[in-house]
Amino acid sequence: MEVPILKQGHYLIASIQSALTDADLSQLREALIERVGRFRARGVIVDVTALDVMDSFAVRTLRDIAHMARLRGAETVIVGIQPEVAFAMVQLGLTLKGVSTALDLEEGLLFLDHQAQLRIERGSGRIDRG
Amino acid sequence: MATKGKDALPPQPDPQALSESTAALLRELVAHLRQNRTQLREEWARRITRAQLLTAMTEEEIFAEATSVYDNYVEALETGTFEALQAYARNLSERIIPRGVETHEVVGIVLLLRDVLARSLFAKYHEDFDKLNRILDAYEPAANRIANTVAVGFVQERERIIRQQQEAIRELSTPVLQVRERLLILPIIGVIDPQRARQLTEQLLRAIRTNRAKVVVIDITGVAAMDSNVANHLVQTVEASRLLGATVIVTGLSPEIAQTLVTIGVDLSEMATVGDLQGGIEEAERLLGYKVLPLEELTPKA
Repeated sequence: MEVPILKQGHYLIASIQSALTDADLSQLREALIERVGRFRARGVIVDVTALDVMDSFAVRTLRDIAHMARLRGAETVIVGIQPEVAFAMVQLGLTLKGVSTALDLEEGLLFLDHQAQLRIERGSGRIDRG
Repeated sequence: MATKGKDALPPQPDPQALSESTAALLRELVAHLRQNRTQLREEWARRITRAQLLTAMTEEEIFAEATSVYDNYVEALETGTFEALQAYARNLSERIIPRGVETHEVVGIVLLLRDVLARSLFAKYHEDFDKLNRILDAYEPAANRIANTVAVGFVQERERIIRQQQEAIRELSTPVLQVRERLLILPIIGVIDPQRARQLTEQLLRAIRTNRAKVVVIDITGVAAMDSNVANHLVQTVEASRLLGATVIVTGLSPEIAQTLVTIGVDLSEMATVGDLQGGIEEAERLLGYKVLPLEELTPKA
């Protein structure tokens, strides 16, 4: 099943609605990375609220999405990991190191706004020094 | 003389005859105990006080309890059924355990009663050793069973209370408290076993979701010791919380725990730690964008 990717301002939102096969996950990764460039997105949100299982391939794909999107200029945040899923993940050693996470979609949007704010402040700081 | 008495005891081949004669002897015994009720239980209560048992109770209470134990004791001897005594022992235990009565005291008083009664039997039958022996043969097994019943009843009641308290502690042991909008604290006190660690993590993760927490302060001031299992579990809890979008600050690591963790080589580099709970909450407030000021700094100077 294909995951719908919505564009919301500068952000892309991929909302996973059901369990995904490995092929679906790969397809999602490619679609997201391609669209980050096409829409000049500054942020990517992947909503996994509907997932009650996350295997190692899913976790790796999410991590890959985050790293690839960063190379293309967009910050990624994974939102909506269920408590049980989080517990199972750490027990299996799948901890999404280096990837930002947030409670839900709302928090994810706030997080990205905050990141953008930081980037602007850092940018203005450079101009002041120059 | 005792040997002669034993030799004189015939009834091994016929258990029916034995039980009949035993019943007759017990009847005689019970009659004797009923007759000397006042004197014997006074003697017993005196011996209890002298042996400094049941120090948690007053003399009047000891005498009152002694009377009912005595009556139940005699009744158990008479009827040969132990249900009433068992129920009484449980009821008594229920009343005296909260007052700090120890197992050795309960066993001690029952053995004292056994001793007091046996002495009175010696006194009564000292002229007829043959009879005394038969009386004791009837009395001892029953008395042993009674002592057993009371002691087991007491210990069972104690164990039941301990189990109940363990349950209660388990339920109380992991409060997750919200101290500010989006800030939770989780004070951990006591020993963390794997079961408790698991429950703790589950409750915390659920609380993060329901309270929409962004920062969690885990305070382990009350944890006396930590091994690698518990430390790893703590690291896992921190990681799992992060997956839900919450930052965890661990506070109150004692010098001993800090040394242990470094010595056993647990990697805590991913974990934010602050010295004490106050520092942890201040750090959390900073992360959430709060600033706490004294009131006079807020009110403009007149």
